[in-house]
Amino acid sequence: MTAAHSTDDTARATGHGGPNAVTRDGSAGPRPGEDAVVGQAGGRRRKGGRGGGGGKGERSMVPPAEFTSYYGRPIVKASPWERDIPAYLFMGGVAAGSSLLAAGADLTDRPALRRTGRMGSIVGLTLSMVALVHDLGRPERFHHMLRVAKPTSPMSVGTWILTAYGPFAGLAAVAEGRELLPAGLREGLVGRLLGRSARPAGIVAALTAPAVASYTAVLLADTATPTWHAAHRHLPFVFVGSASAASGGLGMIGAPVGEAGPARRLAVGGALLELAVGRRMERAMGITAEPLHTGHAGALMRASTALTVLGSLGTATVARRSRAAAVVSGAALMAGSACLRFGVFEAGQASARDPRYTVVPQRERLARGQAERHAGGGQPAGPPAENPR
Amino acid sequence: MSGNSFSGPLDPAPDAGWTDAPKRKGFFTDTSVCIGCKACEVACKEWNAVPEDGLLMLGSSYDNSGSLGASTWRHVKFIEQPKPLGAQEAGLEGTAAGPAMTDVLNRTADSALSGDRSLLGTTTAQVEVRPAPVDLGMPGAALPGTADGAQRTEFRWLMESDVCKHCTHAACLDVCPTGSLFRTEFGTVVVQDDICNGCGYCVPACPFGVIDRRIGEKGVTKNEGIAQKCTLCYDRIGDGLEPACAKACPTKSIQFGDVDELRERAARRVETLQAAGVHDARLYGEDTSDGIGGLGAFFLLLDEPEVYGLPPDPVVTTRDLPQMWRKAGLAALTMLAGAVAVFGARG
Repeated sequence: MTAAHSTDDTARATGHGGPNAVTRDGSAGPRPGEDAVVGQAGGRRRKGGRGGGGGKGERSMVPPAEFTSYYGRPIVKASPWERDIPAYLFMGGVAAGSSLLAAGADLTDRPALRRTGRMGSIVGLTLSMVALVHDLGRPERFHHMLRVAKPTSPMSVGTWILTAYGPFAGLAAVAEGRELLPAGLREGLVGRLLGRSARPAGIVAALTAPAVASYTAVLLADTATPTWHAAHRHLPFVFVGSASAASGGLGMIGAPVGEAGPARRLAVGGALLELAVGRRMERAMGITAEPLHTGHAGALMRASTALTVLGSLGTATVARRSRAAAVVSGAALMAGSACLRFGVFEAGQASARDPRYTVVPQRERLARGQAERHAGGGQPAGPPAENPR
Repeated sequence: MSGNSFSGPLDPAPDAGWTDAPKRKGFFTDTSVCIGCKACEVACKEWNAVPEDGLLMLGSSYDNSGSLGASTWRHVKFIEQPKPLGAQEAGLEGTAAGPAMTDVLNRTADSALSGDRSLLGTTTAQVEVRPAPVDLGMPGAALPGTADGAQRTEFRWLMESDVCKHCTHAACLDVCPTGSLFRTEFGTVVVQDDICNGCGYCVPACPFGVIDRRIGEKGVTKNEGIAQKCTLCYDRIGDGLEPACAKACPTKSIQFGDVDELRERAARRVETLQAAGVHDARLYGEDTSDGIGGLGAFFLLLDEPEVYGLPPDPVVTTRDLPQMWRKAGLAALTMLAGAVAVFGARG
């Protein structure tokens, strides 16, 4: 104990005399200011018993009606991700759905749909990889993702899902180019191996593809970004619906009307899933659904709904008869999916930038008496804090 | 791994696999004795060689560093309120005041700033739409009594040195896909600079907005492009020293030590303040049953958490991760089944 401390009875009485863990640099023991009691010294004592203020008439620097903040500044940080990430959400979804269509088309003898699917998956996958690496703060260290496999990190899980999916989708797509090889090479060992492995590779890719489409919802939801996290129960269904609609749309663009039946059904089914679960999601989100309706994100979401509805109507009607109508409908569905991904992304970013979406849901939880408490946890160390609200 | 690995009370270092871990270390930041000197900010920058974080006048009391971030590991907040501090009275209530300087200062600050303030989490545009500042009757440039009937109000100035909370259940660490963020033997959470590839996932995962990706000049700024935050001076505490901020704090508002002992100390402190009539004194983050499992760096506050820019009821996002994976699995199966169905159907 330092001399200063042992002579200070006030310090003892306030109970701050416990041994300090740090001794080596001689810092043991409290320093003088530590035991000051605010509102006791320096300045006159208040005459009445009105000490402490309390809730009434309490105002902060920013006094909006429903919540308090620190100069209106954000509490959580918006992700540093740029357009690469929503673009990846879209292209990864297209790749995943295309692999499913390609495998189905391969098994049911629809060569044009198969070719479209395999090409869609490899192009989508390649662009996805470029976007993901480009978005890193240190792109040259992208392979550090492969150091660990962590189930608690959706990005790590996604890395391994893509690692499982990518080579098979790639192999199936490369085999599609076998026809272009010179005859000698095509009939050689490599060519024959390619031809034989295309179908099994495509099937493995199709089995892993749904995970590619759905994990990205967890990637967004497993954050403190209010709008993303609040969507966590529904977003995976919205995203697989969106991926199905977009890849079905691509199939309608690339394959003739006669072969594109499964693509049309996948597109309409996906669009319906996306629209239905999306509405339910917004109702369940409370105040954190607001950013999905306002500003830039709101415009994207409205565009997405319009394009998806129109694309689905076109798909269900004229696209069965006219290739031109199929191309237009397919393009509308793809654009609708892209708008959805950018809209959800932007809405999350906006929700992180406004402290309202962090504070209000937590305050509502506290007001309902449903503060986050873990069963069997310890009691607060001090007396319960006064809560004027 | 134990039953509480995703949420609930836990001693994090043994849970992370450390054997013979020392006692968990942390901070107790007692804001009631903070004088806003910012020695902690300076000491942190000096010791950890943290680059400049912007030389801006934000027009928000004496806070010009804005928020915690990649290059702001300690951040002193200033809150001005028209209410008394404890039982103290200034004795000036109702006396004549000069014209408020707040408006003048804010206008000057805003017009002087044409650069990008987004790094600090605030933009000039946002400042302009901010509600008008409260007139606190602070001394102005003109003589008292020259303004139209303006009177001095009660006044208190809250200050808080904010820092990484070194959560029991740390979302940043959970979501890190490279293993760069890790749990130290002291129960703290630290970034390994040579591993992080700047994916940025930890940034939106943190429920307190602490960690961020450092922006700077490629090849010039130290650790540019990777996630950065307080290390609880891992290098110092490993050598038996206290962290630089706690060492520099002249009032011991920042106290470093064993977390269990700090919790006891904090409980006694809040009792003392309550008994002295400071009824709004409360602890923040000391409760091990909260949504984070308790904070390694917790606080004594004199107002609601959100007044200090802290979330009132934070939860680690990974608490809901098992449910998220179940939903994602179900969604994936739905998609697979749908694909099978569309090829099975006639048409």
